[in-house]
Amino acid sequence: MARHLVELDAVAKTYRMGEVDVRALRGVTLTIDEGEFVAIMGASGSGKSTLMNVIGCLDRPTGGSYRLAGEEVSRLDRDALAAMRNRTLGFVFQSFNLLSRTSALENVELPLIYAGLPARERHARASEALARVGLGDRVGHHPNQLSGGQQQRVAIARAIVTEPRLLLADEPTGNLDSRTSVEVMALLQELGRGGITVVLVTHEADVSEYAARLIVLRDGLVKSDERRVPRIARPTPAVEEAVP
Amino acid sequence: MNVLETLRVAARALNRNKMRSFLTTLGIVIGVSAVIAMVAIGEGAKKRVEDAFASMGADLLIVLPGTTTRGGAFGGFGSMPTLTWDDLRAMRSEIPAVRAAAVQLRSTAQVLSDDQNWTTSITGTSPEFFDIRSWPIGSGALFTASDVDGGTKVAVLGKTVSDKLFGQGVDPVGLTVRVKNIPFQVVGVLSPKGQSPMGQDYDDVVFVPQSAFLAKIQGGLQKYISGAIVIGAQPGQTARAERQITELLRDRHRTPPGGDDDFSIRNLTEMAGAQQQGVSTITTLLAAIAAVSLVVGGIGIMNIMLVSVTERTREIGIRMAVGARPRDILAQFLVEALTLAVAGGAIGVILGVVAAQRLAAQFGWPMLIRPDIVVVSVVFSALVGVVFGIYPARKASQLDPIEALRFE
Repeated sequence: MARHLVELDAVAKTYRMGEVDVRALRGVTLTIDEGEFVAIMGASGSGKSTLMNVIGCLDRPTGGSYRLAGEEVSRLDRDALAAMRNRTLGFVFQSFNLLSRTSALENVELPLIYAGLPARERHARASEALARVGLGDRVGHHPNQLSGGQQQRVAIARAIVTEPRLLLADEPTGNLDSRTSVEVMALLQELGRGGITVVLVTHEADVSEYAARLIVLRDGLVKSDERRVPRIARPTPAVEEAVP
Repeated sequence: MNVLETLRVAARALNRNKMRSFLTTLGIVIGVSAVIAMVAIGEGAKKRVEDAFASMGADLLIVLPGTTTRGGAFGGFGSMPTLTWDDLRAMRSEIPAVRAAAVQLRSTAQVLSDDQNWTTSITGTSPEFFDIRSWPIGSGALFTASDVDGGTKVAVLGKTVSDKLFGQGVDPVGLTVRVKNIPFQVVGVLSPKGQSPMGQDYDDVVFVPQSAFLAKIQGGLQKYISGAIVIGAQPGQTARAERQITELLRDRHRTPPGGDDDFSIRNLTEMAGAQQQGVSTITTLLAAIAAVSLVVGGIGIMNIMLVSVTERTREIGIRMAVGARPRDILAQFLVEALTLAVAGGAIGVILGVVAAQRLAAQFGWPMLIRPDIVVVSVVFSALVGVVFGIYPARKASQLDPIEALRFE
């Protein structure tokens, strides 16, 4: 039986905006097992970003319990949350969020710096991660010298360089054209096949089709949660360089 | 994240905004260089005062005769001879704190060589005088005690007089000068002594034995000394010598208790001390003003660091998302502020030393860089960096990662 990696039990998150309380999550209960590829969908305001932040240890729930890899997150302090993000989680953002004027290699090294790895090992592991996403020949390029798809692949390399158990992708294809999107999804699927758990937040139905499980949120609650056979991403061969 | 890594990240961040980084450090640069230059100049001035007084002679006292009172008008010290040759002998023999004593009889006269003339100060004295004033002979020899006893017509010239009468580079020893038409044989030329603290040329003088002075240049009084007595006290015993001389002279002159002294004693060591203290006070004041600009420089650093934190909010968010702890972010910005401050301090030290050197050359002062001040100002600028860097760095470290990532 697969282990529960993410266990949410009646997770609530209430923001206070001035005089009114905004209940972004009203009690979300779900579990995600090791190795799953999950898409979370929902209209804007459904609470999917908040859920993403909670799962990503960027935010703590105001109610309920969240256990990540067996650890109760709501009880962790800021340092422990940082450590959790560093070791257990990898993030891929819609807007790539790479450090500008910093080479791809150094961007990928960033999590390893905070993990306290020596320079030599950092270089080796970051180069390896870049090779894994098919950018082995672009290590010295700065983000502004790379295409959108390439930048997102650098971001993915950064997310997986610490060998996290959970990869969180927040609208990873939001800023990419359709062909590049398929490429990125193919890469994520491949990583998923490699054993990493992927949670994908998107509002595009066709992107969610690549996931083996679809969770739909509405008004801070789980509206539906179903498993199905994912579509396999097949990038068109005419791509700049073949995705490995 | 280790120290080296933090430093490297800070250096890169600062390097990206070279102009801004430079302008930010400018406040510290100016502050540190001003402190160093001010203190160096102050020390130079102090040294100059010290040298000037030292050139007059260490542990020097000057005893001047008393005042006349005529119809209620005081004539000033020295206007009435009250010091006797016996007083001088008593000082020499009865006061252990007195190392040596000599008279200084003064007159102004024209001195002639074969083809030149020069009006200068003629001083009658004894050989102890040169010892008291720590004034070594340049060429030839001093006149001796037997010259004083015998009233020999010999002269020791100051360097200026020698140059004026015989020309530069000419050794006049053995030649003759005429004072009031009386020939004096030049036996020696003193080494140059420079200027007094008041700018008077010490070397513009001719020394002759006191006996010859009294006999040939200015007839004196039999019993009284018509000039001053200079005293060389035992090292460090100037104050004691002064007290003992006062007691001795009051006793010898039968001054009633409570009566005014009929002489006065000038303590040059005390004067030198007072002058030096004045210079020190001014130096401290200038350095303090300069130090204020260090604080202003610190505020400049805080300002730029705050701007930098705002500009790099997104970067902070990214770093937090990949696992930077609050203290990593704090360290990063603190080290940036510290680097700015210390770099400013280092540049300031270099500029300050150069400025001090140029100013010292300009004024002809000795340049004295105080290493302790250099260390203190660098440490202080580092402190400024930490104090003014901590607030922006804390602000950065307390950012909410979600907000920071969303920041445009």
